[in-house]
Amino acid sequence: MAEPATGLAISASFRPLRVWLLLPSWLVIGFFLLAPVLVMLVYSFLTKEFRGGVIWEFSLAAYDQFVFDRGLFGDEPPTIEWTYITIFARSITQAALATVFCLVIGFPTAFFIATRSPATRSIWLFLVTVPYWVNLLIRTVSMKFLIRDNGPLNELLLALGVISEPLAMINTNFAVQLGLFYSYLPFMVLPVYASVERYDFSLSEAAADLYAGRWTILRRVLLPVVRPGIIAGCILVFVPSLGAFLAPDLLGGAKNFMIGSLIEEQFKGNAGNWPFGAAASMILLTLVLLALLLLVRQQRTTEAG
Amino acid sequence: MAVLCLTVLYAPLLVVMAYSFNASQSITVWGGFSWRWYEDIFFGLEAAKFKTAAWNSVTIATAAATAATIIATAAAIGMVRGGAFRGRQVSFALLSMPIMVPEIVTAVATLVFFSAIGFTLGYSSILVAHIVFCIPFAYLPISARLEGIEGVYEEAAQDLYANRWQVFVHVLFPLMAPGVLAGFLLAFIISLDDFIITNFIKGAGVETLPTAIFGAVKQGIKPNIMALSTIMLLLSLLLVTVSLIVGRIGLKSDRSNHDRDG
Amino acid sequence: MITKNRSVLAVLAIAVSGFTAGTAAAEGKLSIYHWFEYIPQELLDAFSAETGIEVTMDTYDSNEAMLATLKAGKLGSYDVAVPGDYMVEIMIGEGMLDMIAEGELANVGNIEKQWLDVPFDPGRKHSIPYQWGSTSFSVNRDVYDGDIRTTSIIFDPPEELKGRVNILDAQGEVMLLASMHLGIPQCSTDRDQLKALDELLQGAKQHWASFNSDGAKDVLVSGDAAVGMIWNGFSAKARAEGANIEYSYPREGLIVWMDNVVLLKDAPNRANAIRFMDFLLEPENIAAVTNFAQYSAGVMGVTDLLDDALKSQPESIPPADAPAGTFVQVCDQATQEVYDAIWTRLKK
Repeated sequence: MAEPATGLAISASFRPLRVWLLLPSWLVIGFFLLAPVLVMLVYSFLTKEFRGGVIWEFSLAAYDQFVFDRGLFGDEPPTIEWTYITIFARSITQAALATVFCLVIGFPTAFFIATRSPATRSIWLFLVTVPYWVNLLIRTVSMKFLIRDNGPLNELLLALGVISEPLAMINTNFAVQLGLFYSYLPFMVLPVYASVERYDFSLSEAAADLYAGRWTILRRVLLPVVRPGIIAGCILVFVPSLGAFLAPDLLGGAKNFMIGSLIEEQFKGNAGNWPFGAAASMILLTLVLLALLLLVRQQRTTEAG
Repeated sequence: MAVLCLTVLYAPLLVVMAYSFNASQSITVWGGFSWRWYEDIFFGLEAAKFKTAAWNSVTIATAAATAATIIATAAAIGMVRGGAFRGRQVSFALLSMPIMVPEIVTAVATLVFFSAIGFTLGYSSILVAHIVFCIPFAYLPISARLEGIEGVYEEAAQDLYANRWQVFVHVLFPLMAPGVLAGFLLAFIISLDDFIITNFIKGAGVETLPTAIFGAVKQGIKPNIMALSTIMLLLSLLLVTVSLIVGRIGLKSDRSNHDRDG
Repeated sequence: MITKNRSVLAVLAIAVSGFTAGTAAAEGKLSIYHWFEYIPQELLDAFSAETGIEVTMDTYDSNEAMLATLKAGKLGSYDVAVPGDYMVEIMIGEGMLDMIAEGELANVGNIEKQWLDVPFDPGRKHSIPYQWGSTSFSVNRDVYDGDIRTTSIIFDPPEELKGRVNILDAQGEVMLLASMHLGIPQCSTDRDQLKALDELLQGAKQHWASFNSDGAKDVLVSGDAAVGMIWNGFSAKARAEGANIEYSYPREGLIVWMDNVVLLKDAPNRANAIRFMDFLLEPENIAAVTNFAQYSAGVMGVTDLLDDALKSQPESIPPADAPAGTFVQVCDQATQEVYDAIWTRLKK
């Protein structure tokens, strides 16, 4: 992240050009994303206009709605509102699980690719990304077809005698996990590959010669080199999973709101509560930002120690 | 593990391929083998629409991924090789912002913003928005790769009086290349897949594949979409094959050269 | 900050947008904002051939998505849209629709009497009928052969159907069906009635497998769901694809809907929009839409032009004792907010 995570000496070979190197990204993101997001930040403190839009009057109603429950009709004494906290907690759990699955499967895959001959490496990389030329929705729908109660997967397992009754997979958390995993796997494989590829395998051999156990080699020799890749991969899987709604919608049966669908509903739903949608996004943004900065800081202290 | 990984990735695509040959309208009932959906894609009434949509998608994805990769590469060098500086965390936050803001919010906010500044909606508005949200997907793998590269190579080159551009072209970039490739690929597939933002900020009549496809999906996926997806899949496999062949030729002519750290 | 930077923004914006042609309102164009897969391409081509007008069409996937897009800044780039009944009323209230002057439409006389004056657009000042149909539910007859003409199938399903119900992910229609089940008026402001509505939905959720609109047909065809809330034309398609299902006309009430072609405010090609509306009021043209979408047109003289299967399909022909249709009503803000709260609680 911000600091080289490998424990290698900090290099500043491009220090004089730093501003010029960073400027394009600052400008592009600053103008075309930060500015619109600031508009949203302002919106979150405005009064909602019925059926979408905002009225230019300061209001904390959006944040109040997030935190306090005032009953169905809004006139009971306020208690803590658990609805949205539950939705956030559920989304965070799902995203975290998806990240773990992607790491568990993605890391060995990346490792495998990195140990192929240089000529075939890029072929493997492309093979991992080729399925993503087919639209996410189509892929998710096909996945749904595959894991239906009487879909091909269940029929195969039945025919093989692995199971005696169809597994109920569709509309479960498992299906959502599978969908998220499927949506974001390359986001783990590619960054991890990019750093594993850098790893000099003679290091493990040297360590083995010094009677280091496999686990020790993994932890002390390999991990420091590939850690930036793993962290990048985790961010790329975790953060988009948080806002995902296609997988929960199609595979999970849309019975339980996730953050993505909750926010979507505010902009495209019947009452169209833009300030609340904006506020929920700002809360999400703050949470993710805090998590990222904590990650960076913690990483720095572990390196210092 | 890699085999398992590829099985999971490709299994649903087999479904897509199989049903693109389904004679029946349905995606759940098999009605026999047929080429009709391929005819529909190429010669049907919507053929022109699908062709432009596919062309728009591929050109936008290529341009956006290229631009995002260049911006992200520069930013990664600035962040990782720029020494310590104040505002680095802010800069990092800015770079990762496009993935942190939920898509629907980016979509609505960008549309509100674009119409406020009078930015005409069309091909270019899609391109600009795609560049923006592709940046973190390119940046993270590239900077992760760069962090794993020791500074000694550049320092050695600089000691030999190479200027920074030479250092970048001859030393740093070859070392970074796998990260840059990974970043580009991620940015490319992200752009190719985007629906929500594109649908909000595209101009009237400008379609990309996802926006052209989603329609058909509302009424249940029609097999012609499966056929279209299969064609896209084969097209990408063709690209891979071509690059493999080109790579082989390149490798032969390159054999006498030193094995670059790639 | 915004005013300070506006000139800079404007310059940048011009620089960026400079290399593309704007979507200027050239003569001989028509820009349609329409549902996905709701008009056959042949018909648009026929319109272009007949009038020389070049048609571009963008599509949306829900009434609300269309409203949000237009509100966020796209009003002025489309000539016509096709909102559902309640959305027409909302758009009129928002001042987003232009008025069709008396005598401007040559074929206005083709509209069926019952659709000439409708509650969502009194006097048809902004819209013409496009397609109409009903929303109910269909039951797989292999799984359950009892009485299905009751909304209890959805809200208190018999044992065989528990956990195998798919619900449309559409707030308005679900709320109306629930209100019919309880026998309370729509947009009720009575607190006890609203609480009962909330309790009914909370209690019924345990029997529901999924909320799905796009896949409403597929879940019935594949057998994932044994009961599915569904639109009549969609149900007919599911049956044609082999699902042994029956479309229910519940005694508690029948939801009807109508999609309408509306003239948008600030339409860049207003005159062409009128020509398009006239075109759609010709029986043979709107019959082509009906044959494609399998709902019903609101224009006289269409019946003879329909495919034979459509003329007799049970999904379009209610039994004699079926209750009269009810449109989803537009609630006032206070009630709509309670509806939203109930909906969020249902899906949390």
